[in-house]
Amino acid sequence: MIDAVELCKNFRDKKRGDIHAVENVSFTCKPGEIYGLLGANGAGKTTTLRILATILAPSSGTANVAGFDVVREPQKVRAHVGFLSTATALYDRLTAVETVEYFGQLFGLDSATIARRTNELFKALDMEEFRDRRCAKLSTGMKQKVSIARTLIHDPPVMIFDEPTNGLDVMAARSITDFIRQCRDRGKTVIFSTHVMSEVEKLCDRIGIIHGGKMRAEGTLAEMRQNYRKDSLEEIFVDVSGDTR
Amino acid sequence: MSLRNSLIVYRKELRDMLRDKRTIRSMVIIPMVAFPLMFLGIGYIGALSSGEAHREVSPVMVEGGAHSPKVLAALQKFPGIRIVPYQNDARKEVSDKKIRAMVTIPPGFDAAIASGHPEQVSIGYYQEDEKSELARDKLQKFFDDYRDRVAREALVAHGLPASLLEPFSVKAGNVAPPAKVGAAIFGGFIPYLIIIFCFTGAMYPAIDLTAGEKERGTMETILSSPVSRTDLVIGKFLMVVTASIITAVLSLLSVGVSLAWGGRGMMGAAGSSLKIAINPSAVLAVMVLLLPLAVLFAAGLLAVALLAKSYREAQTYVSPLIFIVVTPAIVGTMGIDLNWKTAFVPILNTSLVSKEIIAGTYHWGYMAAIFGMTCVYAALGLAAAVHMFNREDVLFRS
Repeated sequence: MIDAVELCKNFRDKKRGDIHAVENVSFTCKPGEIYGLLGANGAGKTTTLRILATILAPSSGTANVAGFDVVREPQKVRAHVGFLSTATALYDRLTAVETVEYFGQLFGLDSATIARRTNELFKALDMEEFRDRRCAKLSTGMKQKVSIARTLIHDPPVMIFDEPTNGLDVMAARSITDFIRQCRDRGKTVIFSTHVMSEVEKLCDRIGIIHGGKMRAEGTLAEMRQNYRKDSLEEIFVDVSGDTR
Repeated sequence: MSLRNSLIVYRKELRDMLRDKRTIRSMVIIPMVAFPLMFLGIGYIGALSSGEAHREVSPVMVEGGAHSPKVLAALQKFPGIRIVPYQNDARKEVSDKKIRAMVTIPPGFDAAIASGHPEQVSIGYYQEDEKSELARDKLQKFFDDYRDRVAREALVAHGLPASLLEPFSVKAGNVAPPAKVGAAIFGGFIPYLIIIFCFTGAMYPAIDLTAGEKERGTMETILSSPVSRTDLVIGKFLMVVTASIITAVLSLLSVGVSLAWGGRGMMGAAGSSLKIAINPSAVLAVMVLLLPLAVLFAAGLLAVALLAKSYREAQTYVSPLIFIVVTPAIVGTMGIDLNWKTAFVPILNTSLVSKEIIAGTYHWGYMAAIFGMTCVYAALGLAAAVHMFNREDVLFRS
C-alpha cells in the first residue's frame, strides 16, 4: 500500500531561486494494483518516487509506504520497497551473484535465506549462465535481470519503478513490463513512472498525470477517457498538461 | 548506527577495490616498483657523477703567476691540478665551466713574504658546482700547506722549533648514537613520506567511492537499500583508511629496502662511512601516531570528493589539497623545533614529533597531546563526511 498525502519538495537553486519540484501531490496505490505516474521530463515524477523510496525527504507532507511513514521511519520503508530505475546502476566489478547477495545482506537477510532466494531468482529469471560473470561484462538485458533480482531479493511488498524502460531496446523493455505485471499478479503494490503512453495503456490500473510538480488528473484509463471525452491517452495527456500553458 | 551494516559495505568495497587495477597500481605497484627504481637510479647516477668529479684533474688558471715563480712551480707539481695558460677572461672561463677555478697572486708576492708582510692570494670558483668546489678545496689545501712550509722555514731560520706552528691539534668526531645520526638524515624524511603516502593512498579510493559512484549511477542503488547513510559513509571511510595505511606501509617498506640496498650511494662518502640505525619500534610508534592523521585524510577526502559529480571533477577538488598536506610536512623536515605552538598545527605537529621519536626521544606529553588533538581533528573530519552524506543537495547535485 502507498498512501501519499500532500507531498511537497522544494529545492534551492542559485540561479533560479526556490524551485517547487513537487507540490501537494496526493494519491493512493493499493496492493495488486499498478499505478502509473505519467508526466513529461521535469514534471516531478522522479522526485515523487525518490520521496516514496526515501532517497529524498519531503519538504512537507508525508507518505505511508508498506505501513511505514517515509519521514519518521525511512529505513523501515526502504526495507519493504524494491526500487528500480535507469539511474540505479550495478557495480561493474562485482559478479551477478555477488551483487544480489550484497543487497541481500544489506536488507538484513541471513545467509541461508540469501542463498535460497538467490537460487530461486536466478532460476526464475534464467540467469544461471552469467551467474559468476562481472556486471561490466554483461549485456544491457542481462544487467536488467540482475537489477530485477537485486530489487526482489528481500521479496518486498511494494515496488517502485522510475522510468524503468528508458533507453532499453524492445526486448529488454518487454522483459521489464512483463516483470512489472508479474509483481502485480503476486499482489504487490506497484508504482511506476513513464512518459511512454503505450506502457501506461498496457499496464496501469490507475493513472496519475503529473505536470509542473502538481497532480493534474487521476483515475482509471476509462475514467479519464470519460472525463476528458477523448479516446487517446496522448490526447488526454496533452489536454491535461496543456491546462497550465 | 549499525556496525554490521558498515562492515558489509566495507567488505564489498574492499573486494571491489582489490579488483580495481587503477587502485592496485597506485597503492601497490607504484610504491613497490617506483621507489626501488628511483633510489637505485639516483644512487647510481649520484655515485657515478661524484666518482667522476673526484677523479678529475682540475684545470686551473693562475693570474699573476709571474709574481711568484715558486708558487707556480709548486702548483704545477701539485697532484689533481693542471695549470692552463692564463687568459684575460679567466672569470668567464670559470663561469662557463671551461676551467674549474682561478688563482690570483698579487704583485710582489714573493718579496712581500720574504720581508714578512702579509699578502692575500685569491681563489675564484663556481659556487655550488661540485667539480669547481673540489678544485677550490685542492687549491685551498695547496696554499695552506705552502703557507705552513714558509712559516716553518722562517721559524727554523730564526732558530725556533717548527712545532711552534702547531702547538696543539684539533680532531672532530661524531659522538651521537647511530640512531640519532640516522634520525638527522631520515628523521624528517620518513614521517614526510608516510604523511604523503597516507594522503595519496586515500585519494583514489575516496574519489572512486563518492564521485565515482555518482558518475557510474551506483550511488542511487545503494541509497535505495535500508542501510543508513551514516553506516554507508563509515563503511566507505574504513575502506579509504585501509587503502591509505596499506599504501603508507608498502611505501615505507619499499623505501627502507631501497635505501638499505642501493640508496647509500645517494649520500656519497658520508653515507657509506656512517653507521645508521633506525629502530623499528620507533617506526612503529610513528605509524601509530599517524593513524589519526590517516583517518583525518580519509574523512576529509570523502567529504570533499562527494561534492563532485564526476571522477574528473573530484580530481580538480582534491589535487590542490595535496599542497595543504605537503607544506606542513616539508616544513617539518626543516630546522623547526617541536614546542607548544607548533604542537597545535595539524600535520606539522605529527611530522615534528615523529622526527623526535625516530631520534629516540619520546616526549610523552607532546605525543599524547598531538595524538589526542589529531584524533579530535579526525573526528571532526568524519563528522563532516557523515554530514555531507546526509545532504541531499550534495548527493543529488545537478
